[in-house]
Amino acid sequence: MLIRRASDILPSEITPQSVYAQRRRLMLQAAASAAALGLTGWANRQAFAADAGPSGAALPGARNDEFLVMDKPASWRDITQYNNFYEFGTGKTDPARYAGAMSTRPWTLDVEGEVLRPRTFDIDDLLKLAPMEERIYRLRCVEGWSMVIPWVGYSLEKLISKVEPTGNARYVEFVTAVQPDAMPGVRGRVIDWPYVEALRLDEARHPLTMLVFGLYGHVLPNQNGAPLRLAVPWKYGFKSGKSLVKIRFTEKQPQTSWVKTAAHEYGFYANVNPNVDHPRWSQATERRIGEDGFFKPKRQTLMFNGYADQVASLYQGMDLKANY
Amino acid sequence: MPPASPSRPLPGQPAPLRIAGIPLAAAKTLFFLLGLVPLARWIWLGMTDGLGANPVEFLTRSSGTWTFICLLVTLANTPLRVLLRQPLLIRLRRMSGLFTFFYACLHVMTYVWWDQWFVIDSIVADVIERPFIALGFVAFLTLVPLAVTSTQGWMRRLGPRWRALHRLVYLTGLFAILHFWLHRAGKNDLQDVFIFGGVLAVLLGWRIWRRFRLL
Repeated sequence: MLIRRASDILPSEITPQSVYAQRRRLMLQAAASAAALGLTGWANRQAFAADAGPSGAALPGARNDEFLVMDKPASWRDITQYNNFYEFGTGKTDPARYAGAMSTRPWTLDVEGEVLRPRTFDIDDLLKLAPMEERIYRLRCVEGWSMVIPWVGYSLEKLISKVEPTGNARYVEFVTAVQPDAMPGVRGRVIDWPYVEALRLDEARHPLTMLVFGLYGHVLPNQNGAPLRLAVPWKYGFKSGKSLVKIRFTEKQPQTSWVKTAAHEYGFYANVNPNVDHPRWSQATERRIGEDGFFKPKRQTLMFNGYADQVASLYQGMDLKANY
Repeated sequence: MPPASPSRPLPGQPAPLRIAGIPLAAAKTLFFLLGLVPLARWIWLGMTDGLGANPVEFLTRSSGTWTFICLLVTLANTPLRVLLRQPLLIRLRRMSGLFTFFYACLHVMTYVWWDQWFVIDSIVADVIERPFIALGFVAFLTLVPLAVTSTQGWMRRLGPRWRALHRLVYLTGLFAILHFWLHRAGKNDLQDVFIFGGVLAVLLGWRIWRRFRLL
């Protein structure tokens, strides 16, 4: 058996007397800093909870009574703390945590492809392109939850008419921002970045399809897709691209991100449809955020998310099960 | 011969049972309290408005995660016992297994209650139609006989068959990781699946390696 003798211990291994004498103080300091860290987190959380109302620069819009849903809107806090924005991470709270680092000024939007007047718009021009309207839309996520959200913006058609699509234009592709330094999610390979979505031209020109700049009368928070995003209320939420940098008019149907990633789960059309299930769950019901809690069953999902009267005609004669 | 312990017993007295120097009774109490931490955290978050915008989704996912963690802790018992030469760790195994079952019950309940609202027809249809749900359901079913036969009485009654029956837990692990993989596969978000699957593979792989080495 090997037994260490006292002489085996190197002088460098011995704690110096001065440090040894401070051992209680050092431990206290360590404990105090740990406690301070914990308390800072707690204090921020309290401050945050108290400050849950709308914030940021004002961006009012005139109420458009044609587009008001009478359901109760979700709270500012829920809308801004529960997001899918995979550029910032796949967790629902990741966007709120990280999106602050995204730079939204200067910002331009390229409009190109099958148009007579391709153009690069500055965000300030877009803000003045048409009068701001407030519209309260339902948003149904493909994951089975929904929110009611007061958006501020105008119909995408206002922009489309400015650039004059050619006769060849049949689809509109929406390309979203990639800022690797600010977006921890794009370093992963969940999606082939940038995130790309698309609509048929007639869907894009539908008055319900909205270019959104604000929320609850304030400029869009970054995690909700600042400085401009889409809202297509009769389709699952992932069709409404955030932080748009390019709109391209095409003749062929564009390859969209979720179709590329999992075509058997997410289709090009992605119309809200209670009769066509997702492979992993039923789409017949949904949980309304801020409304349906622990003691209420989920509510029935409506065909085209309740917008059937306005949009069902777009899909006349089409097999919606095949074109999910 | 009694297991080696740091403090040598006086001659004639039985050696106190210890795990890494901690008296067994204290270790069991600590382990029990540790097992309650996830539950305590949910209650705390619930009371402080901390469950987020979709509390049902949070609790469903969190209970699934903790079920899996408890399962891995249970499966880690034997390897740790052997590698750390702490034979008394076996005395914590039943408790970790029962915690796995406890959190699995809560996880299933989040689905049966909040997702399906106890509608039996729709649950049956869901289980039949969706491999994702079916795998989770089967994983849960494999845990039931293990929990039922976890008592001393059943161990005695089943004799050598008890060990064979409890090898079912390896299947629980496989079903659970497939369930988790299907949950994340659609969104291509597999980092956590690799972490849990990696630990599971090491724990099961160690058993295979040991078996063939010993043969």
